[in-house]
Amino acid sequence: MPDKRMNDDDVVAELRDGMTIGIGGWGSRRKPMSLVRAILRSDLKDLTIVTYGGPDVGLLCATGKVKKVMYGFVSLDSIALEPHFRKAKQNGTIEFGEFDEGAFYLGLLAAAHRVPFYPTRAGLGSDMLTMNPEIKTVTSPYDDGEELVAIPAFKLDAALIHMNRADARGNGQFLGPDLYFDDIMAMAAPKVFMSAEKIIPTDDFLKYGPVQSLKIPRMYVTGVVEAPFGAHFTECPSDYERDEAFQREYAATAKDDDAWKAFKTKYLDLPSHAEYVKAINARGEK
Amino acid sequence: MSTAEATLDEVCVIALADAFRGDGEILCNPIGVVPICGGRLARATFEPDLMMTDTVAALIANTIPVGVVNPAKVIEAYMPYRTIFDIVWSGKRHVVMGASQIDMWGNQNLAAIGDWRKPKAQLLGLRGAPGNVINHTVSYWIPNHSKQVFVDKVDVVSGPGYDKMRAIGPAGSRFFEIRRIVSNLGVFDHATADNRMRLVSTHPGVTVEQIVEATTFELSIDASVPTTRLPTSDELEILRTVIDPKGARKAEFK
Repeated sequence: MPDKRMNDDDVVAELRDGMTIGIGGWGSRRKPMSLVRAILRSDLKDLTIVTYGGPDVGLLCATGKVKKVMYGFVSLDSIALEPHFRKAKQNGTIEFGEFDEGAFYLGLLAAAHRVPFYPTRAGLGSDMLTMNPEIKTVTSPYDDGEELVAIPAFKLDAALIHMNRADARGNGQFLGPDLYFDDIMAMAAPKVFMSAEKIIPTDDFLKYGPVQSLKIPRMYVTGVVEAPFGAHFTECPSDYERDEAFQREYAATAKDDDAWKAFKTKYLDLPSHAEYVKAINARGEK
Repeated sequence: MSTAEATLDEVCVIALADAFRGDGEILCNPIGVVPICGGRLARATFEPDLMMTDTVAALIANTIPVGVVNPAKVIEAYMPYRTIFDIVWSGKRHVVMGASQIDMWGNQNLAAIGDWRKPKAQLLGLRGAPGNVINHTVSYWIPNHSKQVFVDKVDVVSGPGYDKMRAIGPAGSRFFEIRRIVSNLGVFDHATADNRMRLVSTHPGVTVEQIVEATTFELSIDASVPTTRLPTSDELEILRTVIDPKGARKAEFK
């Protein structure tokens, strides 16, 4: 029986400069933050990030890991626009592919289904087509002859997702209200690394949630990393809510270089996720 | 409770509620506190068949208050985020969005101020606007009516207006409707021969001149412009006691 358990450094070792990496979750919700932080402390660079973005995008931009971000939005939810992303965008140092939120779903779906594009009306008449001149339109081959936008498949080299529970073989379980697009993200990438709050025996899945919560089958998963608080400071219901105080502290660093340096030293320049968890716990005790 | 007591925020809520009049059994999806109050009020009174989200991942059958954590919910359907896009494309939805800029044809900008390549101010982005506008009815809520918002030309087109949609041909207009635009000064629509924006009504205490003064482009204005209707006493009571007992709607008017 294959055992796909690995650690953060094993995951980073599978990634390369210039790769296109999909990141699961949504805004500041169930993001694979421990894996993102592992990238931050690596030498990886020139990455293209594809995601419904949250602090993953902000942190990767702020630490210079990113060449291009492709997104439906980049938000912290309780803070409408990700402040480090705002800063990167206004400084004009990073390339961006901005999509209608629904069109973005079709780019992922096309990659998952191995077709070159999916058609949609979304984007016609708007500046989505001006911003992304590589996007072409297609004419319906049927009698209607309608012109539609052909959202190209977002070809991923790897994807990172975070689940509440996983087994050692790579099956994943979400226990919150929403899977977001993590199953499609997993199907869209040839290499998928999944962190989970807890790795459990396969037999135990149904003790935690119904069969409908088992949405990540192992055939789409390359490696599994156990990471309690792996989504912190984003939410990971039903295990924990978003750490709003920490998120506010993080957001404030976008406007204050000294605060950013202090934040980076205290929470990001750490050798491991275990040290990060110690740092956030120490903060709670003060 | 007399309707004469209705304040500006309540007039705006009722103007947004009226945007959903006649919509029937579709997803009523207002975004932001004031539009949400409007949608919930429409459903609680004259438009009971509307469906609404709990703003998390479900559709709820009961009227829940804004600004209350974990209210009691009667869930009638599961509605994770992915499903919202399926509904957008199916057309059974009417959304109320904001607009940082809007022009005379209803082109909306949520994305950025200045050149989008290196914006002076990065705003929310395109978000779902391009897909919403071409697939189903939309309305807009603008709490800060001024020449900076009602502009000659938007810096980025997030949601296309009537001129852009006409340019794409029949596909552009098949499902396209900007139902109304509600600002803190008045109500507007595009029910004119060439679809340029029209002043529908002025809110109580606001003059036509004030609106013209706060709008960069030329509005279509009839010889006689009515005043936006006041909420009925029943509507006011539901808004004040059930939908928004803490007055969260007032924050946008400070």
